[in-house]
Amino acid sequence: MAKINIKIEGVAYQVEEGLTILEAARECGYEIPSLCSFNHGECSLASCRVCLVEATGARGLVASCVYPVAEGMEIKISSPKAAAARRLSVELLLSNHSMNCQQCEKNGHCELLYVAQITGAREGKFLGAKTPVSYDDLTPSLVRDTSKCILCGRCVARCQNAHGTGILGFEKRGFSTIVAPAAERSFSETPCILCGQCVSVCPTGALSEKSEIEKVDAAMLAGKHVVVQTAPAVRAALGEEFGLPIGTAVTGKMVAALKRLGFAKVYDTNFAADLTIMEEANELLGRIKNDGVLPMITSCSPGWVNYAEYYYGDQLDHLSSCKSPHQMQGAIIKSYYAEKNNIDPKDIFVVSIMPCTAKKFEKERPEMECEGLRDVDAVLTTRELAKLIKRSGINFNKLPDEEFDQDIMGEYTGAGVIFGATGGVMEAALRTAYFALTGKEHEAIKFEAVRGMDGLKEAEININGNVIKVAIASGMKNAKVLMDQIRDGKSPYTFIEIMGCPGGCINGGGQPYVKPMFLPNEDTNILDTFKQKRAQALYSEDERQTLRQSHNNTQIQALYKEFLGEPNSHKAHELLHTHYHSRERFPEK
Amino acid sequence: MAHLQAHAEKQIIEIISRYKDEKTPLMMILSDIQKEFGYIPLEVQELVSEQIGVPVAEIYGVVTFYSFFSLNPKGKYVIGVCLGTACYVKGAQQVIDKFSEILNIKPGETTEDGLFTLEALRCIGACGIAPALSINGKVYPKVAVSQVPAIIEEYRKMGGAN
Repeated sequence: MAKINIKIEGVAYQVEEGLTILEAARECGYEIPSLCSFNHGECSLASCRVCLVEATGARGLVASCVYPVAEGMEIKISSPKAAAARRLSVELLLSNHSMNCQQCEKNGHCELLYVAQITGAREGKFLGAKTPVSYDDLTPSLVRDTSKCILCGRCVARCQNAHGTGILGFEKRGFSTIVAPAAERSFSETPCILCGQCVSVCPTGALSEKSEIEKVDAAMLAGKHVVVQTAPAVRAALGEEFGLPIGTAVTGKMVAALKRLGFAKVYDTNFAADLTIMEEANELLGRIKNDGVLPMITSCSPGWVNYAEYYYGDQLDHLSSCKSPHQMQGAIIKSYYAEKNNIDPKDIFVVSIMPCTAKKFEKERPEMECEGLRDVDAVLTTRELAKLIKRSGINFNKLPDEEFDQDIMGEYTGAGVIFGATGGVMEAALRTAYFALTGKEHEAIKFEAVRGMDGLKEAEININGNVIKVAIASGMKNAKVLMDQIRDGKSPYTFIEIMGCPGGCINGGGQPYVKPMFLPNEDTNILDTFKQKRAQALYSEDERQTLRQSHNNTQIQALYKEFLGEPNSHKAHELLHTHYHSRERFPEK
Repeated sequence: MAHLQAHAEKQIIEIISRYKDEKTPLMMILSDIQKEFGYIPLEVQELVSEQIGVPVAEIYGVVTFYSFFSLNPKGKYVIGVCLGTACYVKGAQQVIDKFSEILNIKPGETTEDGLFTLEALRCIGACGIAPALSINGKVYPKVAVSQVPAIIEEYRKMGGAN
């Protein structure tokens, strides 16, 4: 695109035509305070008025997030007039905001507080009426509190862009305007998949996860045998909460921290990821052999399962009957582990550390239990784990690297690790399916074609002359494409992996917030690259593993030999499989 | 979703089909439904959402933004009291308060017998005859608080008869 000449603070620059003032200024090294604008215009309603600047050729001050640069434009960010206007905008937002910052979930990540500080907003500048509050904490996953909402519209845009479900919208008018699901319903009475993407982009505490730290505290106090497991994606992002660069794998330090937090055993959900592959790959081979329902679709992502139940209730027999890995691990801990260690399973409390808010809901499903015992008792997000660590005075960065407990379910393969990135479950399953069909390992190990951050991928895998067509989707907008093909009877695929969040679990709704203003040492385009960086941390860990195929996990082999029998056995079905049911999108109240 | 009666569903789908060539048909569809049925409940919004692919939350936002649209059925007689600037300074607030008191409903609500809906309007363009109100399109000029009981009685007498 053509370059044009502008001046910022009297200094001449050449920038691309078509950029907004905010983007152009950023390229020239200026960060104009802004709030509602987000991620290359993913949200740009210009509603907050925090990014006001002076620009020649415009009447009055302009919102730099939407105003385009023009040839010869002179922009003033620092002028006292613009600075005072930005401060006033923030003061107006604060006047309608509940100010209990110390107990706010977003404290330390709050963009409103950040712009309040840098614009010098004064406390209590405008007092008076506040918009009536709408509050929802009825789901196990999310909390919505409009007393902290600044009406920026980021959550509305993200829900629609990622999933096409558009659960949230602006309601009512003028001073009464709120952001809420239709009819101000609870998320639990809408087809919300509870993925938490809205929480990730919310600049304030208006959207947050429902914390379960107190549940874990109570179990510890009650003297329960508290066992913890961590999902693969957690290690790829937890370090960010402690100032480490995005993409730093902190597996060893995470384990060391958990051991200091009083957990009786620290396990890796990767063990159960390997177990999932054994069950799922065998289920797939069985469906192929017995003319079962194809394509088969993965069922690890609870956000995706929610979506399928709400929108494709007529196609649920395509979903693998496998529980997700952490539910499998919970079931195995309360059976096999309890038996081996001679512990009454009623005294065991299983905590899962997950990158996900939908997992909090998943663990509450009535199906997720065996003999009256819940598979998993509490789910904490990566962010909640960071809070536990900080609360306990642990200096994370000075921890030594330690190893997961190695007894009976400590071993894991590289195949389990890559579950956290889109395409990972597919690749892990292919490694094992290849072996099952050919009797030998796939030489390259890697299946490059299923990797990468594209929302929709397809590949043809040649196994012994049999070509298997597979597809991978993340984000429900992309899943819809594959599901509509299936509904129309036109799906060319045998096996499909679907993950709820765009990019997979590494970008889960429970992962550390990626907010550029709080990450001064990251690249300026970190919002474009953080998913790749986190995924790379997982692929590197896969490469470091000596065992890289789930079927080679010797403890998994022992588990089958001593306890489960064989994949898809009766006992495996009892403990490791589940079922789905169609759900009404807006149930009558 | 509460299930719509088959004929209502058919009628709504017919309304939607009128605008199938429009790029952004939502306002026109809602406007026709409002005129046809008198209100646009959530289950109707769901049906519109499924048909045109606009999220229910967005449709609900439009319905609650424009006062022309209504979520609930309106009464047989819709009393619209103008609270625009001119009417307000001429005492329209006292007029609407009197209606509220006698009918025992707040502005925006409908009486239990379904006879009256009370609405606060913002300027009906009749400032010269302030305070003004309109009932099903009939305009009452320079309304005094003392007239209110008689106006209500007039419509009560007509009752439910069409």
